[in-house]
Amino acid sequence: MKGWHLFRLFTREMKKQRKRIWLTVTAIAWGTLSIILLLSFGEGLRRQLAIANKGLGVNIVILYGGQTGKVYQGLPRGREIRFSEEDVNLLKEKIPFISGISGEYDLWGVSMTYQKKTLTERITGVLPPFEYMRTHFPQPGGRFINELDIELRRRVIFLGNDLKERLFGDEDAIGKVVMVNNIPFTVVGVMQKKLQMSMYGGPDAGKGSIPASTFKTLYGRKYLNRIVYQVQETGLAPFVEQQVYQVLGRKYRFDSEDEKALGIWDTIEMTQVMGKMLIGIQIFLGVIGALTLLIASVGVANIMYVSVRERTREIGVKRALGAKRSHVKQQFILEALFIAISGGLIGGFIALLIIQALQGIPVGEGPLQFLGKPTFSFPIALSTALILGVVGLLAGYFPARRAASLDPVESLRYE
Amino acid sequence: MIEMQNINRVYDTGRVKVHALRDVNLHIKEGELIAIMGPSGSGKSTLMNVIGCLDTPTSGRYSLDGKAVNDLDDNDLADIRNRKIGFVFQSFNLLSYASAFENVELPLIFMGMSTAKRKQRVTEMLARVGLADRMDHKPNELSGGQQQRVAIARALANHPRIILADEPTGNLDSASGKEILQLFLDLWKAGNTIIMITHDPSISENCERIIHLKDGMIENGAV
Repeated sequence: MKGWHLFRLFTREMKKQRKRIWLTVTAIAWGTLSIILLLSFGEGLRRQLAIANKGLGVNIVILYGGQTGKVYQGLPRGREIRFSEEDVNLLKEKIPFISGISGEYDLWGVSMTYQKKTLTERITGVLPPFEYMRTHFPQPGGRFINELDIELRRRVIFLGNDLKERLFGDEDAIGKVVMVNNIPFTVVGVMQKKLQMSMYGGPDAGKGSIPASTFKTLYGRKYLNRIVYQVQETGLAPFVEQQVYQVLGRKYRFDSEDEKALGIWDTIEMTQVMGKMLIGIQIFLGVIGALTLLIASVGVANIMYVSVRERTREIGVKRALGAKRSHVKQQFILEALFIAISGGLIGGFIALLIIQALQGIPVGEGPLQFLGKPTFSFPIALSTALILGVVGLLAGYFPARRAASLDPVESLRYE
Repeated sequence: MIEMQNINRVYDTGRVKVHALRDVNLHIKEGELIAIMGPSGSGKSTLMNVIGCLDTPTSGRYSLDGKAVNDLDDNDLADIRNRKIGFVFQSFNLLSYASAFENVELPLIFMGMSTAKRKQRVTEMLARVGLADRMDHKPNELSGGQQQRVAIARALANHPRIILADEPTGNLDSASGKEILQLFLDLWKAGNTIIMITHDPSISENCERIIHLKDGMIENGAV
């Protein structure tokens, strides 16, 4: 009951000092706004980069042939190692941790004609696992190359969305026939638009994919340009790599320790490095935000200190009328908490509005792809709340302690 | 009601020790009207602060209402100030942002009285000092005399045993001063114990008893 009366007294006194209170609330709201926006941009950047990372593929390793660097079983250095489609099957059989694998043939400078339009483009010959390994997902109404295409060596083509755009414009491409180096191919699918950050040969959006078997037959290739495989779990990548060296080393007779024999691009490792970098950026942004909020809190604490001094006499009067030290202390702590909480809520609310508004803006290409997607998440809310709590205590505790420690006789004499 | 034995109050400012009260012995009965007089720096305010439990003596025994004050902690002293003492200051010391009503209500809030009871008590007190029609006025909307009446109503609000007034007319013109003095005399006649610091002989001559202080010692009027 008594606590309630004191609370009423507190709210009454707050009302009398609206201007001061709202100024300090604004300071905290501003700090909160900054920290939430900074963290949300960081989070949005992280998520966009994670998506963009998948643009190349999920958990994939890209394997190239190399040149042996060590003499082995009487064979000299400098022998070239090249893969054939058999190697793809061999690796799949011998290494159970490989969840998807495909060879890939490249051909550049292919003339591609639809009706009167002719372009010079790039095509690759691949296997069906490319769809999920290298995120070649078809837009609705289409499909990727399937097993039957491989078996029957069908002349079908899967177009990158960008290539389709250039060739067909807004026209529906599926079922249409394009001439690829004067051989007719039927379009079976168009790739979904995706963010792709890393690539070899060029963006996936700009090329066409045809069945590897068709490619081999038409262009008479013996060797693959590369092999792409996917591992079941990110942690297995180094082990699988060793296995690859051993399996291929046995077949082509090179030392499994001979790193130069094969070229390996481990995108998993790259992803992990980038993940760490992103956490670093998050922490950096968070620290900046926290410092901003801390500065705001120092401002509030400062104002509270001044307010203790301005109200020294008032505190003395209250003490003479029977207020206990705890009453005086409570008042200042409550005041700081009120400022921190309402400032936090207001700042948070405005930040949410801004984030909502920004998410509505179409991002298009360029840097906005990464920065234009600020995302509010639970960890952000939690860390902001934690920092605000600390700020509230900091801004309230010290002035409150000072106010309560004032000697009533001295305070009454204070001018 | 007030028993003081060998009260000393020494202020230690670090370099200098100020002996504000020296071996003060004082006896005050219920219902007395007392004036404390003396030159400035003679210890009048210190004596009043010690009586009012705002300050504690360095040595000596002080009992108020039969209860030894020496051993009480800060919270108990706050309670005593709240329930047994009413302070009236020379410069009124009203909260400038609060209305007359809210100012008078303050000690009742610290006491924990319910809202309805508070309203009744505050209205009663303001009527008693003749300000029933000024309840919602802020201090700066009131004359000096009226402000001091609000302060007196505030001092009376908790029905204290003793009213302590430190030069209550010092900041007022003579007409208002006379009104305030009359108010104190009325309160005294109604049975309140009143102790006033004053320089004004026209006030002290109305009092039953005058305590003269000099250099922290009571010259006369101790008993």
